[in-house]
Amino acid sequence: MRSNRLAGIMKLALVVGSLQLGSAGIAAADTTILNVSYDPTRELYKDFNAAFAEKWKADTGETVTIQTSHGGSGKQARSVIDGLEADVVTLALEADIDAIAQATGKIPADWKARLENNSAPYTSTIVFLVRKGNPKGIKDWGDLTKDGIQVITPNPKTSGGARWNFLAAWAWARAANNGDDAKAQEYVTQLFKHVPVLDTGARGATTTFVQRGLGDVLLAWENEAYLSLEELGPDNFEIVTPSISIKAEPPVALVDGNVDAKDTRKVSEAYLNYLYSDAGQKIAAKHYYRPFKPELADPKDTARFADLKLVTIDEFGGWKEAQPKFFADGGVFDQIYKPGQ
Amino acid sequence: MALDTSTAPTASSKLVKAATSETRVARLTLIAVALGFVALFLLLPLATVFIEAFRKGPAEFATALRDPETFSAIRLTLIVAAISVPLNLVFGVAASWAIAKFEFKGKAFLTTLIDLPFSVSPVISGLVFVLLFGANSALGPFLQKHGIHILFAVPGLVLATVFVTFPFVARELIPLMQEQGTSDEEAALSLGATGWQTFWHVTLPNIKWGLLYGVLLCNARAMGEFGAVSVVSGHIRGQTNTMPLQVEILYNEYNFVAAFAVAAVLALLALVTLVLKTALEIRYSDEIAASRRH
Repeated sequence: MRSNRLAGIMKLALVVGSLQLGSAGIAAADTTILNVSYDPTRELYKDFNAAFAEKWKADTGETVTIQTSHGGSGKQARSVIDGLEADVVTLALEADIDAIAQATGKIPADWKARLENNSAPYTSTIVFLVRKGNPKGIKDWGDLTKDGIQVITPNPKTSGGARWNFLAAWAWARAANNGDDAKAQEYVTQLFKHVPVLDTGARGATTTFVQRGLGDVLLAWENEAYLSLEELGPDNFEIVTPSISIKAEPPVALVDGNVDAKDTRKVSEAYLNYLYSDAGQKIAAKHYYRPFKPELADPKDTARFADLKLVTIDEFGGWKEAQPKFFADGGVFDQIYKPGQ
Repeated sequence: MALDTSTAPTASSKLVKAATSETRVARLTLIAVALGFVALFLLLPLATVFIEAFRKGPAEFATALRDPETFSAIRLTLIVAAISVPLNLVFGVAASWAIAKFEFKGKAFLTTLIDLPFSVSPVISGLVFVLLFGANSALGPFLQKHGIHILFAVPGLVLATVFVTFPFVARELIPLMQEQGTSDEEAALSLGATGWQTFWHVTLPNIKWGLLYGVLLCNARAMGEFGAVSVVSGHIRGQTNTMPLQVEILYNEYNFVAAFAVAAVLALLALVTLVLKTALEIRYSDEIAASRRH
């Protein structure tokens, strides 16, 4: 039994040792900032962080380590509210940053006006991913409600991306019917009758379409659609760009309360500003995000983005109006969507 | 009476024989069903993990594991297990010792309490710590003022893991110690041993195999826990992602080889513990039989 005790003590020593090693490792880096982001930005920020760290080193001589955390946008906002010490947040929806601002006071209420383009350095839109050769001949929103077409989109109640899908469909129908909202609602009602299953998130819906082979068309973020094309084989899928879609603006914000506590304001501000720079815009375009200033990006990358009419959330009165009207309990979505019909 | 005693053994031996005298076909079918089930539900999924991990060859597998974020996830998982398993070992022994060898008020309640983590969903197990230590909890401002990081850091991961793996050691030991009774300890005490000596030289040797088994189970679960850890992790890459979380991240990034490579390492750690346990069981089979006494 003595050897057991000895082993126990050694184990404990090992633990304490490695813990100290861990904290020493953190202290050795000059500065560390944390970017709390949403799901599809992993590849983008991996590149961007490396570029920024290099630039910061060249400009100031300081070493900066950028940590990132990814997850569903709403869940990530929740974590920051619960105390995750984000220096900057780069989320999918304005409403998620608003939630942090309201719940913690760590972000001022007017955060949106602090950076250019409503604090969205890159934008994206909603496109269609179809099976290779487009066997069902899907070209625009109107084709989605034809007989025998199955549409895959996540649940707007739980997914930020799905809300953009819903509003993009609405925007097309409204334009096609000379601004008639009743007709648009009719179209969207029809559209959701063609949805066999509602996943909870965008990556889940992609898996349903790509791996499980369900449905004829996936309504997806443009950057997600290109990424799955790249990762899962251009031999199996192709992208169809509709005539009208919505301009999705994933915003970024500095978390003032946290950067002041950690004394990282300068580097965090520089980090966000760098997103708007030549290099930042180039990296965004490379990862299939539409840069806010396309003239700064590589023309080869921007040429990949199809030209289409993009409506903004302002045409729905902004998120403050659209969110309760369409997606709250008892809202338009609840009225039109009856499962299994 | 004489008749009774002479017929009793024959009757019972007939009964025993009858219970196992299935036809050859029935026996083979049963064995085939059992083996088929094990192959389909245990071996096949496990094999898939390793096949997927090596799909692009051992070089890709090695590259995937050399990724600094993956490496940090492996390190973090080992650290969390190395802290929470000893904690639960000490607690498990203490609790089962108290429950099996002593009578006290609230014993039934304590036994039920130990089982609590088994019946609570891991997500809830994580959320309780968010509610306890989150920025909006009663403790939150105090922790923040003193710069104490619990949530989204190693302490939070350890707390969640300890909570989830709480019952493993105690659950393994309580029935064993109850079965062994208190006569050995009473003998030791009557021969003049102190309480500590009794524990160290009498109780512990009696339970060491059960204890080892409980610790191995506890360790396997501690390394594999996903739900509770996911809630308190904060998912900071290269810092608070444990191996199961890293597997999910890599899978969601279409990085299938790397995801399965980490999964394979995790499975391997579990397999090593199982092999270790089996090897020890074979090596010390007589001793184990004696200590179990059944």
